[in-house]
Amino acid sequence: MKCQQCEKPATFHITELTGEQPQEIHLCEGCAQKYLMQTPGTGMPGKASLAGMLAQQLKVADTAKELEKLDEKCCPICGISFFEFRNQGRLGCPHDYVFFASELEPLIVNIHGDLLHKGKHPLTHKRSTESQTKLIQLRREMNEAIRLEQYERASELRDTIRNLEEGEEQSEDDHTV
Amino acid sequence: MDLNELTGRAGEWMKGAGPQSDIVISSRIRLARNIAEFPFIRRCTATDRAAIDKAVRDRLAEVPQLTDLAYMRVDELSDVDRHFLAERQLISRELVEAEGARSVAIDANERLSLMINEEDHLRIQVMKSGFDLVAAWDQINEVDDLLESKLTYAFHDKLGYLTACPTNVGTGMRVSVMLHLPALVITQQIEKVFRSLQKINLAVRGLYGEGSQAMGDFYQISNQITLGRSEIELRNQVHDVVPMIIDYERRARDFLLKQNQQDLHDKISRAYGILRTAQTISSEETMHLLSSVRMGVNLGLIDDLLIADINKLFVDTQPAHLQKLRGGPLDTAGRNSERALYLRRYLSQKEKDGADQN
Repeated sequence: MKCQQCEKPATFHITELTGEQPQEIHLCEGCAQKYLMQTPGTGMPGKASLAGMLAQQLKVADTAKELEKLDEKCCPICGISFFEFRNQGRLGCPHDYVFFASELEPLIVNIHGDLLHKGKHPLTHKRSTESQTKLIQLRREMNEAIRLEQYERASELRDTIRNLEEGEEQSEDDHTV
Repeated sequence: MDLNELTGRAGEWMKGAGPQSDIVISSRIRLARNIAEFPFIRRCTATDRAAIDKAVRDRLAEVPQLTDLAYMRVDELSDVDRHFLAERQLISRELVEAEGARSVAIDANERLSLMINEEDHLRIQVMKSGFDLVAAWDQINEVDDLLESKLTYAFHDKLGYLTACPTNVGTGMRVSVMLHLPALVITQQIEKVFRSLQKINLAVRGLYGEGSQAMGDFYQISNQITLGRSEIELRNQVHDVVPMIIDYERRARDFLLKQNQQDLHDKISRAYGILRTAQTISSEETMHLLSSVRMGVNLGLIDDLLIADINKLFVDTQPAHLQKLRGGPLDTAGRNSERALYLRRYLSQKEKDGADQN
């Protein structure tokens, strides 16, 4: 038997049980590795099906032109574009949930049937959300400055990051005393 | 932790102990967490990954209850050692295959493992032998609280714990129970069970090994939804449905015994015979035959072996375990003959032990 995705002999025979009907898939070792990586054994949809779900949703909601525009939208904190998320099925930073909120909400409702967390909450809030996201952004800008060999700017950013981190550790200590 | 020491030992879920352990192999809960001040893994630089790894490791050292954990840099382990940990279910396949700084911290009895820089910054996992989700939740909840007192998790007031993939957002919790369901497979009722579970938003997956379909009749049942329900509700959903499946499996076994005990006994004895005498055997065939023998032990048709022996054989005959036991690398053909040798030795010893007792 040949692999369903290339010409090599199929040595992996997988029964996919996540759909309506169990589905037999026959693959060679290489393609099977890729396939299994895509859908880790945790019962969650792999990135392929997530991207599919998203594409389906966007098709209903947007015209091609709007989608194109949406794809270019980038998170100001981590720099991920909506296109990258759509392709990889993974977000870039916690702020994406805020920045892409209107795009993500229908997807989240589709997956979970809900938008409101009912489980546990962290016992303490040690840092403000703004300074956390600020740190992600500053570190990214610092890496960018290093890449562009703007060392003066990088060292300024490094100091700002250090101050922010130390300032918080300070207030953490205050908090625990 | 010396991985070679683990080699000869049975980890938590292989013990064949705990409630309903004839059918339930293990109960597992994992929580996905991210540290608020770093981007998610996809957008992490090498520096970020190293910083996350260090942050978690430093904080672990500050929690007295967690200082006994053995910490290992997965990216510095050999390929065989990485697969070895995955075969023991201490790390995920994703952590095996990933690139860059990543690590795991494991407790001595292999119940708790903390994966760092997996799909999320932190994946906490607790595993119990048999059907014991209540104890698993109590332990993981405590560990999560301990870590949270030292780390600031990414958390959103409405959406809960924020994860790299929106499929895990909210509780970040995956509850799963691994079941051995050979009689439901033989009686072809397994698909019916799957369909009814899917209707209530539970996922069913076969266990994959080295090149195979749902191997050894092992199936994992887990929650699909992570948002909009509390951890206890999610846990209970799986907890409440498992006894029904156990009951179906037991009824299917009774049915097989009543309808054609001789056929069943023959099938099981032949499987046992092949395992005791084969000169070369694939991982796939081993799993398939061990599954029959396991049911035979449960039904009292084979009395030389304990469930713990079979569970151990399932793990020891996996590729990385074989190579660790042998002490050197083996290609597929080499593994197949080493596997057969290992099985012959182990099973003849058990047979001898049984005969000595009688």
